[in-house]
Amino acid sequence: MTTDHTPTGLIGASIRRVEDPVLVAGKGCYVDDIQLPGMLYLAFLRTTYPHAKIISINTNAAKAMAGVLAVVTGEDVKQLNIPVAPMVQDQKIPPHPLLARGAVHEAGVAVAAVVAQSRALAQDAAGAIEVEYEALPSVIDAEKALEPGAPLAREELNSNICYVATKKGGDVDTAFAQAEHICRMHIASPRQVALAIEPRGIVVKPEPTGDLTVWLSTQAPHRVRGDLATALGFPEHKIRVIAPDVGGGFGSKGPLYREYVLACHLALKLGRPIKWIATRSEDFVTTIQGRDQAMTSELALKKDGTILGLKVRVVANLGAYLYSSTAGPPQRMMGMAPGSYQIQNCHVEVVAVFTNTTPTGPYRGAGRPESVLNIERLIDKAAKELGLDRLAMRRKNFIRPEQFPYKTGVGVEYDSGDYEKSLAEAMRLSDYDKLIRERDAARGRGELVGVGVSTFVEPSGGAGFESGTVRVERTGEITVLTGSSSHGQGHETSYAQVIADKMHVSMDHVAIRHGDTLAIQQGVGTFGSRSMVMGGGSMTLAAERVIQKARRIAAHLVEAAPEDMMQADGGFAVAGVPEKKVTWRQIAAAAYGGRVPPGMEPGLQETVFFDPRREAWGFGAHVAMVRIDRETGKPTIEKLVLVDDCGVIINPMIVEGQVHGGVAQGLGEALREQMLFGEEGQALTGTLMNYAVMRAGDMPHLTVGETITPNPFNPLGVKGVGEAGTNGAPPAVANAMMDALAPLGIDHIDMPYTAPKLWEAIRQAERRPAARS
Amino acid sequence: MFPASFGYVAAHSVEEAVQLLTKHGEDAKLLAGGHSLIPAMKLRLASPRTLIDLATVPGLRGVRMDGNTLAIGALTVYADVASSELVQKHLPGLVDAASVIGDVQVRNRGTIGGSIAHADPGADFPVILTALNASFVLQPRSGSRTVAADDFFIDFYTTAMAANEVLTEIRVPLPMAGSGTAYVKLPHPASGYVVVSAGALITRQPSGSCALARVALGGLGSGPVRAVATETELQGKPLTPEVIAAAAARAAEETDPEGDTYASAEYKRHVAIVYTRRAIEAAVQRASAS
Ligand SMILES: Cc1cc2nc3c(=O)[nH]c(=O)nc-3n(C[C@H](O)[C@H](O)[C@H](O)COP(=O)(O)OP(=O)(O)OC[C@H]3O[C@@H](n4cnc5c(N)ncnc54)[C@H](O)[C@@H]3O)c2cc1C
Repeated sequence: MTTDHTPTGLIGASIRRVEDPVLVAGKGCYVDDIQLPGMLYLAFLRTTYPHAKIISINTNAAKAMAGVLAVVTGEDVKQLNIPVAPMVQDQKIPPHPLLARGAVHEAGVAVAAVVAQSRALAQDAAGAIEVEYEALPSVIDAEKALEPGAPLAREELNSNICYVATKKGGDVDTAFAQAEHICRMHIASPRQVALAIEPRGIVVKPEPTGDLTVWLSTQAPHRVRGDLATALGFPEHKIRVIAPDVGGGFGSKGPLYREYVLACHLALKLGRPIKWIATRSEDFVTTIQGRDQAMTSELALKKDGTILGLKVRVVANLGAYLYSSTAGPPQRMMGMAPGSYQIQNCHVEVVAVFTNTTPTGPYRGAGRPESVLNIERLIDKAAKELGLDRLAMRRKNFIRPEQFPYKTGVGVEYDSGDYEKSLAEAMRLSDYDKLIRERDAARGRGELVGVGVSTFVEPSGGAGFESGTVRVERTGEITVLTGSSSHGQGHETSYAQVIADKMHVSMDHVAIRHGDTLAIQQGVGTFGSRSMVMGGGSMTLAAERVIQKARRIAAHLVEAAPEDMMQADGGFAVAGVPEKKVTWRQIAAAAYGGRVPPGMEPGLQETVFFDPRREAWGFGAHVAMVRIDRETGKPTIEKLVLVDDCGVIINPMIVEGQVHGGVAQGLGEALREQMLFGEEGQALTGTLMNYAVMRAGDMPHLTVGETITPNPFNPLGVKGVGEAGTNGAPPAVANAMMDALAPLGIDHIDMPYTAPKLWEAIRQAERRPAARS
Repeated sequence: MFPASFGYVAAHSVEEAVQLLTKHGEDAKLLAGGHSLIPAMKLRLASPRTLIDLATVPGLRGVRMDGNTLAIGALTVYADVASSELVQKHLPGLVDAASVIGDVQVRNRGTIGGSIAHADPGADFPVILTALNASFVLQPRSGSRTVAADDFFIDFYTTAMAANEVLTEIRVPLPMAGSGTAYVKLPHPASGYVVVSAGALITRQPSGSCALARVALGGLGSGPVRAVATETELQGKPLTPEVIAAAAARAAEETDPEGDTYASAEYKRHVAIVYTRRAIEAAVQRASAS
């Protein structure tokens, strides 16, 4: 499959995003922009109890309201459920009805639904439904849920454990027996809300033909279509799912949600289109949330800092119900525990737990940030305990460039890397030695200033296949159909760069189409930093096949040998005779006009389903400098340097944007975001008035750098980068915070580092006699 | 969410607004900038049947000098307060407050009168206006009355204003020569509202000692709280950093703030002390510069 491809300069160019003018001008089309004649509106009555028995539901008043077409409760739709396939052996999968039946297990779950002629009316009617509950004891914290005598989150089960999964490599017992030092740590990552700017929503239209057209704010139209068909018992080939413009997802818009199945069911039943758009309050408590894992680790070491072995136990909070992706993130630790270090003796145990909280699931990083946080904090803690330099300790244990492809202690093969180089670049960009001098000077003045580093790996791609079709149209323009649908990533730009570059045409010659199951072959979707690795990979392979075929057609047209046809601007030319040129338009005319070489199929379109059967391991080094106001605890990020290696870079501006976005969410986790549930399980931070999401104005200055280590297992040499910011930045900030507080004898605080929390820790430490110097 | 359905009437004079309020009684609400009322309606915390719009009443917007008093129309938006040359010259502490309320959109819609009338415990203007010894002009059915800030804020969202009164003007006495004013705020990281804030008016004698101190705190109670002990402590003393710190240390005395998901009661009391000191220091610096 080698080509005579010469770079056209499009791959690697910071081309402005072609999709933005439409979106910035407010001319995009989101689900809520879809208006259909005769459309009805769906609204829900949601419980505020985290765990309760439903004694009675009275829907009479709602049903009697003019303009209300249907009021349904769990019993009315008891045949319908959210389908969930097990991910782990012996996984418990408790029932997941569309509307609560008999009991509610999380605040936010819907007890009844109303269909009415207007949105306001539907809400009014839902408010008129009366429900009587009997409160049941609830459990919020996953570690507490494992204690003997803890209330059962799901009374159908005999314990709160959904699954236990383990991964073992090497000889952990011997490693720990030989250890000269063991570093122990307990660390918890706060629960975060995905908070896409566009809340979830659906419009569904039953077609006269019996088909179903669904507009959905989703990251994975094909996957959701399959699940929807299963949930409804409705033929998949009669469902068309369209993801129009989608305003962010961050993993939370992957699965099939209860409201979607119910909207389709009711639309079919009533024979009318139905719209449901989550309010912000609904989106807060019903959309899968992220993180909420506690890790207990032991690191076996030699005194010189050599790591001998690692044990990690993860207790992950899954919430009350399983969505298709809920069980996934905690398992990341089983592939990522050793991070960028040579740790051949590993033992990882993951205990996934049900609680009476909103279900969790993938959120930008999806288990990667937790894994990175764990090993990066451990390394810093261990270095401190051993009195070693934390960078020297990292270098000592790094997997070395010549060891790739490298099989880790948990049995995963990393493709390529140069971790030293990335760390060196981060030190150069941050002027690391100067930061340390500044820190020391500030410390001398009694100020709390700290510097922290993280050197991390970031698996991307994976999750099965992705598909790409490259079609040269009759006029020679190129249409690309990708199963990887965009929800803000810039696919229309970066994919067009790839194909235009490969096929020697200008970008406006290429149209990228995605997000419509009618137009696109089976596909998967966009999540897990997979788009360029998987979507880009598949369309590149498809383009190469088209090029091979086109070369033969071109040769046929000019009566030359295919080997003599070279790619040239806008098509092909005979080698050494550049004026003997065949354009894509001429080739296409031949392909569709019966002038292909004998024995060749007509047409000029190729589809590739790409599955490299391995993930792409990006990596990076982040450096943070923080200052904490000793008087109020208020933290400030003074410097943040982010060096990421995602292999070959298609569009540097888009890559930088991905890093910025990830860092914003990572800093949210590190500094201020946390979804809290009260003693009684009610959401305490379920609005933007008390959930402190990062806003543009809260962002510090970012310095973004890169190293480039091409991925040898990918047609484009690329790795993902979408989650770099959420992976690398929080541990760098955490290490910097703990460095700042080290003079006070504080060695660990969990994120988020809010001013009141830091002040409390400082105050406690200052009261300890030892710290008073 | 969506508000319950409601009616709308535009008032064209204060008298008409009062008449409409009287006519519709409990079911009606005045609408100013709408930046507290509309969100409350969307969350169904308020469901008025009728909104009486004040935006259409002429003469309620703008800042003017009235003798020794700065008179600010109730419908003046924060951005206009902050950019008023009169306010900038005489009351920089009010500029401090007007500049840190919400975001740009809020500052271009929210009105000073609405903020005062709404009396949100997390609001900024009530605090600084208490420190500045402002008073509020209320127009009932006939005539008008003026209530001092100290007597105006009664409880959470509750003021001395009667249901059928309209707040028309905010009056702030010009500080004496040698005065400085300042306002500092610890905003909630999510809402941007006050966690704790401090407003100060300090008059400095040529000798450098304190002739007058008024300090008000936000976030510690149901409304603005005067830091009486701090004020007393400063009175007549030289305004040195030590004196200011000692006085500020008493700011949270007799306050009993409530802890919440962001900050504990102890933290609020502690920050009140720190911010009181910072507000006084900033006011003293301005007094010295003037
Ligand atoms: C995103 C956001 C952030 C915000 N952040 C802050 C902040 O940081 N600090 C802060 O202080 N505030 C903040 N606010 C609130 C904002 O300042 C409001 O504008 C203010 O509280 C109310 O003023 P308004 O003109 O919008 O009044 P409206 O919302 O129109 O009215 C509020 C109440 O006052 C009554 N009222 C209004 N005007 C009069 C009058 N002249 N006479 C009698 N009654 C009247 C109304 O009937 C109503 O009950 C924020 C608001 C938003 C939406």
